[in-house]
Amino acid sequence: MREVVDFSTFVERKADGTAHMALAVEGIGCAGCIRKIEGGLTKLPGIVGARVNFTQARLTVDWRDGAIDAARIVSELELIGYRAHPFAPERAEADETQHAKWLLKCLAVAGFAAMNVMLLSISVWSGNVSDMTSDTRDLFHWLSALIALPAAAYAGQPFFQSALKALRARHTNMDVPISIGVILALGLSLYETATHAAHVYFDSAIMLLFFLLCGRYLEQAMRRKTRLFAGNLASHKAAFAHRLDGDGQVTQVPVATLRPGDRVLVQPGELIAADGTILTGASEIDESLVTGETIPHAVRAGVFVYAGSTNLAGALTMQVAAAGGGTFVDEVERLLQNAIEAKSPTVRLADRAARLYAPVVHATAALTAVGWLMAGAPVHDAVVTAIAVLIITCPCALALAIPAVQVVAAGQLFRSSVILNSGDAVERLAEVDTVVFDKTGTLTLPDPEVDTSTINPDLLERAARLALSSHHPLAAALARQARLRAPHAGAVEEPGRGVRALIDGKEARLGSAAFCGIDPHTASGAAGTSFLAFAHNDQIARIAIRQVLRPDAVSVVQALQARGLDLIILSGDRPDAVGAVAAQLGVRQWLASLMPAEKIAVIETLKSQRRRVLMVGDGLNDAPALAAAHVSLSPITAAHLAQVHADALFLGERLTPVLRAIDVTRRARALMKQNLVLTVIYNACAVPIAMAGLVTPLIAAVAMSGSSILVTLNALRIRLSVGPGQRAGEAARAEPLADATMEPAR
Amino acid sequence: MNVLVYLVPAALLLGLTGLFAFLWTLRSGQYEDLDGAALRILADDDLEERTR
Repeated sequence: MREVVDFSTFVERKADGTAHMALAVEGIGCAGCIRKIEGGLTKLPGIVGARVNFTQARLTVDWRDGAIDAARIVSELELIGYRAHPFAPERAEADETQHAKWLLKCLAVAGFAAMNVMLLSISVWSGNVSDMTSDTRDLFHWLSALIALPAAAYAGQPFFQSALKALRARHTNMDVPISIGVILALGLSLYETATHAAHVYFDSAIMLLFFLLCGRYLEQAMRRKTRLFAGNLASHKAAFAHRLDGDGQVTQVPVATLRPGDRVLVQPGELIAADGTILTGASEIDESLVTGETIPHAVRAGVFVYAGSTNLAGALTMQVAAAGGGTFVDEVERLLQNAIEAKSPTVRLADRAARLYAPVVHATAALTAVGWLMAGAPVHDAVVTAIAVLIITCPCALALAIPAVQVVAAGQLFRSSVILNSGDAVERLAEVDTVVFDKTGTLTLPDPEVDTSTINPDLLERAARLALSSHHPLAAALARQARLRAPHAGAVEEPGRGVRALIDGKEARLGSAAFCGIDPHTASGAAGTSFLAFAHNDQIARIAIRQVLRPDAVSVVQALQARGLDLIILSGDRPDAVGAVAAQLGVRQWLASLMPAEKIAVIETLKSQRRRVLMVGDGLNDAPALAAAHVSLSPITAAHLAQVHADALFLGERLTPVLRAIDVTRRARALMKQNLVLTVIYNACAVPIAMAGLVTPLIAAVAMSGSSILVTLNALRIRLSVGPGQRAGEAARAEPLADATMEPAR
Repeated sequence: MNVLVYLVPAALLLGLTGLFAFLWTLRSGQYEDLDGAALRILADDDLEERTR
């Protein structure tokens, strides 16, 4: 039976009779890929255009509606050698792209104005010390105003809007002093120009905007890049479900389009796509992603199962339930809501600095004006001096001090395979003093491994080749051991029991103990271990398949302990399994058989001891704990709900990213504080000069750009001090290649 | 100082030309795939048609 795949939700139909679809493509890595994909697709009849975006690893295809089917395009790409996943771009992503374009336009306008105003300003500065007439100076000032005023009105919008929003909500942020500084500088300069004065500050105001917009744009670009990457990964993982339609036809549909009441067929070895009740069939399911429990348990008609569980044995049909139809998920959702509501918002370092900064600066300016008036200066001079104080303290360096470090740190984390979900995660990660690990799927690898130590290699090879013909997840672990990746001809899988084939004229069987004629009661062993039986030609073997630790788990745990962090393991699995892992890792504090509520209780206790907790977990049962913790990390293999509530995700088989995340962010926090100290020193030097009335536009320009460049360069030091890591993008591009070589030859 | 009468407008005009050129490249989507553009230039499919 050839199954129908329904991609219609991803296809956008246009008025001119063409259809449009966006796809995330795996494995685009070289110039040849672009040509192969675009060339291969445009040869198909009906295709109007195909365009690869290499940076985003995405492809857009347009075709004449009806001339070709979306599913055909995907299968054609697979023939060319690329796995493609259609997706509907998220609304947030489109908004961010729009915002990025707007920032870039503002940046271009500010850059143009800054260059031209500076051209005029330098002429005036050199003219002031030589032979410029005051008429020429006035002309140059008016020209500067002509350029700077409209440019600032346009390019300053990001700051003015944000400042207005903050003021309406009755609090201040960094954009309030920035806006006040820029507007006062421009206003004063206009007044001084009209009164034929010697000093105007158009160049300072517009240069300030230019520097700040550079910072804003870079920060936004980094956020957009990680979001884009996460979006691609999500679409690579996006599951399809086999929906049973009314006429008995099976259609493959994206999980997102399933509706409550739909009937779904779940084959052995597949993930269960949605919560629901089993209608027919009996099987064993692995709920380790849901509860952390590694031992499969039996299910039959009428049992409620959760999305994310793996169906191990027999085919099931199930009816999709409305969201949160199960008691377990309800419980998790309720806990999650409580955890999110109870969490006090952390005040970011930049906002804390801004709250201190604005009143101090504005009070200093007021004091300056009052001081000069009391000393007998005319009102005009006193006000001009006060405004000069505001201009020179306009928090250019302060506004760059923290975002600049954040951008560099986020880039460094991205290269270490850590993707940030939330912007202030860098600061919160740096404060961590306690790390709480989940066991299953976090400390251990998400997929089980075969214990090859106790079995004859020749027998293992025969079993592994037989396993290639099975859909069972345990058999998949065994199949990875096969050196010759050729399945035996004529292998027959008996769902729920095992697979059999003729090898060298004799029947070989792989599966449950009973299927292979072994007494099932002998099949018990260490915690977290499952067994497959193999029988061939009178030889019988029990193959142990178990959860193994991530390859670098021990060294990472030791390194974390060496940094003075307190480690705790909280697991939903049974005590003997958790104890064994804890002993192997050398972690003294662990708790097992925990329900989600108990995990939260432990974290709340830790928080009440004023500890900053980093939660690392992947299961549905971890989601509330992830939300409750000070900061949280999830592996990319985590359950959807866990990923949504984690502050950052890490890729790959290794645990090192957790260590790197802590190292990089601690370094980043140190640099942020350094940058704040630098800006305080700058102000301490500049403010007395301004208060004394000695600031000329030239001094203002040099001081402001100098301090901004200084903090930006200081932020870049994070790249020197923390060693290189693997690029997340490269890791993700390499993974599909590894997958491809593991598939049997077609 | 009469030279300013055409030097200043010339400077402004050049600056504005640069600005509008940038805004045009932004609008035509030339910043959407920066890495891809570097690789596309290596593809020689335009040559093939001429030589064959």
